[in-house]
Amino acid sequence: MGSANLSEVAYLPGTVTRSVKLLVAGHFGAGKTTFVGSVSEIRPLRTEEPITEASVGVDDLAGLPRKTSTTVAMDFGRRTFGGVALYLFGTPGQQRFLPMWDELARGAVGALVLVDTRRLDHSDEILSAVEKRGLPYTVAVNEFDGARRYPAEEIRQALDLAPSTPLTVCDARDQASSAKALIVLVEHLTSGPEMLA
Amino acid sequence: MTRPRRDPDLVRAYVVTGGVLRPSRDVGLVTLLVAQDVPAQGLAPEQRRVLGVCSRHGALSIAEIAAHLDLPPSVVTILAAGLMDSGHLAVPTPVADVPDIDVLKEVLRGLRQLV
Repeated sequence: MGSANLSEVAYLPGTVTRSVKLLVAGHFGAGKTTFVGSVSEIRPLRTEEPITEASVGVDDLAGLPRKTSTTVAMDFGRRTFGGVALYLFGTPGQQRFLPMWDELARGAVGALVLVDTRRLDHSDEILSAVEKRGLPYTVAVNEFDGARRYPAEEIRQALDLAPSTPLTVCDARDQASSAKALIVLVEHLTSGPEMLA
Repeated sequence: MTRPRRDPDLVRAYVVTGGVLRPSRDVGLVTLLVAQDVPAQGLAPEQRRVLGVCSRHGALSIAEIAAHLDLPPSVVTILAAGLMDSGHLAVPTPVADVPDIDVLKEVLRGLRQLV
């Protein structure tokens, strides 16, 4: 618990008074941290929240679930546009953290779900977690070098996407490409019925 | 992304907030905060640390404060809410009351300039 090194703190310009929170979701290894880093104007930061979770299995003697304590880490970045600070939070992809999503989704206006075509089947639980919280989302295929390219229709089918859910491709390492994927998401957010409600 | 930790961390978080378990107001990870010109005397050490990283000239989010101080966001949320109650921290005042949809449109305009 040292003190912060203030020379490393990047304060927002005084003109910034509003913030927007978007989640960058995806299974482990989908490229979330890379994506956040390519758009962020600051070196991505990390928060760590200690949580207590019931461990798998039951204590034989007491008949009670044992509790273990662990840390949920979140990497996030920031980009300022005029009077608005956009915050991108990479959400932990591990299945055992899915119950934490109520807290992660709080205050978020939408989610970009990153997928790797080599592990499409790993995205089901992430999509379910996003949908369960009622978060509007779009899907971006992170086109890794050497990964086979699939027609969009095949990916839609494999992910069981609704026809109204936008699907795009991006290279998470590239700022312009990542920005395009975010544009698809924010256009979806500003056109969707959830904004009219 | 994770490493096993011992329970004392949870106990420590509770001690750091002075035994407060919930924030006194609705504060989230991206709530922006600026320091106010109010003397810091009488504040607890952890409150001072939160206030110390904040500036009067530019805002930081709760998440950034937590990351820079290496404190859990839940703890910073409680400490920051207390500092808002005491007038040491405030959310920046918008020039005009901009609807959420216009905030998103500003983000959209900015993103298009990155392409």
